[in-house]
Amino acid sequence: VCIHRVRSCSSIRFIKSKYVCVFDRSALKFSHQQRLFRTSAVSCGQIVQFKLSDIGEGITEVTVKEWYIKEGDSVSQFDSICEVQSDKASVTITSRYDGVIRKLHYSIDDIAFVGKPLVDIEIDASKGVASEDVVETPPMSHEEHTHQEIKGHKTLATPAVRRLAMENNIKLSEVVGTGKDNRILKEDILNYLAKQTGAILPPSPKAEIVPPLRKTEAVPAAPKDKARKIPVPVSRPIAFSGKDKTEPVTGFQKAMVKTMSAALKIPHFGYCDEIDLTQLVQLREELKPVAEIRGVKLSFMPFFIKAASLGLLQYPILNASLDENCQNVTYKASHNIGVAMDTEQGLIVPNVKNVEVCSVFDIAVELNRLQSLGSAGQLGTSDLTGGTFTLSNVGTIGGTYTKPMILPPEVAIGALGKIQVLPRFNGKGEVFKAQIMNVSWSADHRIIDGATMARFSNLWKSYLENPASMLLDLK
Amino acid sequence: MVLQSLKNCYWLSCVLRTPKACFWSTASGGLIIQSVSNDVYQNLAVEDWIHDHMDLEKQQVLFLWRNSPAVVIGRHQNPWQECNLRLLRQKNIKLARRRSGGGTVYHDLGNINLTFFTTRKKYERMENLKLVVKALKALRPQLDVHVTDRYDILLGRQYKISGTAAKLGRTSAYHHCTLLCNADKFVLSSVLKSPYKGLKSNATPSVPASVKNLFEEDPSLTSEMLLDAIAREYATQHQIDHHITLINPADETLLPGISNKTKELQTWEWVYGKTPKFSVSTCLKMAYKDSVLDVKVNMDVKHGRIEVCNIDLPEQWLPPGLYSELVKSLTGSKFCPNETTTLVTTLLRVCPQDDELYSRWSSLCENMIRLM
Repeated sequence: VCIHRVRSCSSIRFIKSKYVCVFDRSALKFSHQQRLFRTSAVSCGQIVQFKLSDIGEGITEVTVKEWYIKEGDSVSQFDSICEVQSDKASVTITSRYDGVIRKLHYSIDDIAFVGKPLVDIEIDASKGVASEDVVETPPMSHEEHTHQEIKGHKTLATPAVRRLAMENNIKLSEVVGTGKDNRILKEDILNYLAKQTGAILPPSPKAEIVPPLRKTEAVPAAPKDKARKIPVPVSRPIAFSGKDKTEPVTGFQKAMVKTMSAALKIPHFGYCDEIDLTQLVQLREELKPVAEIRGVKLSFMPFFIKAASLGLLQYPILNASLDENCQNVTYKASHNIGVAMDTEQGLIVPNVKNVEVCSVFDIAVELNRLQSLGSAGQLGTSDLTGGTFTLSNVGTIGGTYTKPMILPPEVAIGALGKIQVLPRFNGKGEVFKAQIMNVSWSADHRIIDGATMARFSNLWKSYLENPASMLLDLK
Repeated sequence: MVLQSLKNCYWLSCVLRTPKACFWSTASGGLIIQSVSNDVYQNLAVEDWIHDHMDLEKQQVLFLWRNSPAVVIGRHQNPWQECNLRLLRQKNIKLARRRSGGGTVYHDLGNINLTFFTTRKKYERMENLKLVVKALKALRPQLDVHVTDRYDILLGRQYKISGTAAKLGRTSAYHHCTLLCNADKFVLSSVLKSPYKGLKSNATPSVPASVKNLFEEDPSLTSEMLLDAIAREYATQHQIDHHITLINPADETLLPGISNKTKELQTWEWVYGKTPKFSVSTCLKMAYKDSVLDVKVNMDVKHGRIEVCNIDLPEQWLPPGLYSELVKSLTGSKFCPNETTTLVTTLLRVCPQDDELYSRWSSLCENMIRLM
């Protein structure tokens, strides 16, 4: 199979008919009987007025509601051109020709008339050509036209899809099309291939990286460490024709850009430690059913949050705010502790108000409320403002140590890693199973020094490693 | 009522697996299917699938479905104009945009939906509605139901019990309609009343009508009875067996590609982003301290995103830098309370910490968010 790729530059993209002009009907449908070649940069495409066809029920006028194409776009036969509406019926108008749209006769909300021209199309004797490449294919046999006919039904596929099928020796007639009008899409070919080989195909043939064979092993061993559950990456259909996609930054991403750009102005320092949560894990197991009876899900966060508040009572500078000119420090009276939440739309940080006067259960209730509002996208402004200190439990997803960014106007943040079962030595020098979690603090080094952060962390750690000690200091 | 078990689904699956193929060698003229799902998006996806993939030349299809509470707007409508989005969010009522035209309806399990699939040439709404009326009269001869020239079905010449919409493609078409059996009229009327003022758009407006449930006319009627009666009449008219095949809209092997269709119907881009361009021109009455401020707001919304935003605040009411930051943030963002809330609360982080400023900002933002 000999395929030529002829680069056509975008400026003369419209002038596709650099080839022998053929205009009879059969050429429109079965154009690949002709070879394509460039002649000169002179358009000899015929402009056809595509009229609005009969809608039925004696309707003579419709309103144009949406254009799917604009002037200058290439269309293939059966591509959707526009959506019109008439008396509760929405009609999709599809193109009868391959070609380039030259003129739209109506604007949105105009009344269009049946039998009158809707668009002008410059007929293209080549079939649905991609904007960059003009693909030449050899004349096809009668069985394999552009629109293959199987059992009296046409199979639609764009040239890119047909090429893909051809490269993989797939008969289009065996592929189930899931596109409009039963059109075969790229995904359908890939699914078909995956079913055949029973695997996700690599994006391109690369030299496989074979692990070096050791003398003692005949065959490289598969990773035996299945004890740790490896998150399975979500399989997505592999995009063969990778094209860069540019989108404006809006919404949640825009919010993150603003926050983090401001955070960058703060000189961060980090302090990390590991916490033995063995006792807390046990305590939570005991208390979970009690909370459930009260209708509340109890996670570890309420304990972390309450312990943080107790710590802030001793080290109030961590619950403060520095003004713009770094002239004044405001010690906030309320401990409004923010909890970073990962929602469908992105990162959001609501806060639990006045933790200093809340019980662990109160905090759990409030967290439940914030979590359900957060996932429903219904958090209010008061939930999202007024935070004084933040905790981020990224450990629910994974990770050990991180470097969290302080959220202005706060001065400190803590990120919690996942809880792992690890061997540790107890007081007697014996090895035991410990539930270990890592914490990573970041603080504003303009007003907070390492010693303060370390002492706060130690206090917080002691409350969590020995939960009973929280009872002594609970207010 | 004769309902085939899901075993028949297997039979159907063998047959539906070859799309566009002629799958009934006995060439019966019709097929009656009923969805086992009450999810509005899944059911709308089934309609899409049948419209795109089934060959309706030799065989027409009647699709029966019901949804858990949802508001369904027409293809070219504006959800802010048509319903109380705030109430929908509070009550967890879904919002869906269908692909057919027409107006907004409220669905719950007391409402049944009927979709008549035919080829484009055989598209005929009156026939279908007359079939429904005939079925109703066969069930309860004393029912005073008739079809209007607006393709509504009226009960007692006064109350609307059914609304119609249609979708036409290149080769196939469908006409679907609702039928009120025992829907919650109270919720219906409250969700279909839009509180949003100052909206100007060319979106298709709905024509409000007084509605009534068939159940109110005759308490012995149930949705099941009505579905059965209509299926029976359809079977008679198409000379097929009166049996209803159940289909599961989540079955990807039966309906390849359906999960993508279902997903697309739920995207924000489809539900809100397909709203025709509109403008919001209103005056916020902001209660601030002891006075009430009149603040004029003008916004242009295209594809569901704010294209232009103007807020007429008294001079120096907000630090000018902050005002321009607000406008810059809102421009290009979704006309959506959640996104706006995130943006405005973020902006608060980076401005001077001042209680006075904070309360002004909160007041303004709360009011802006209420517009969405």
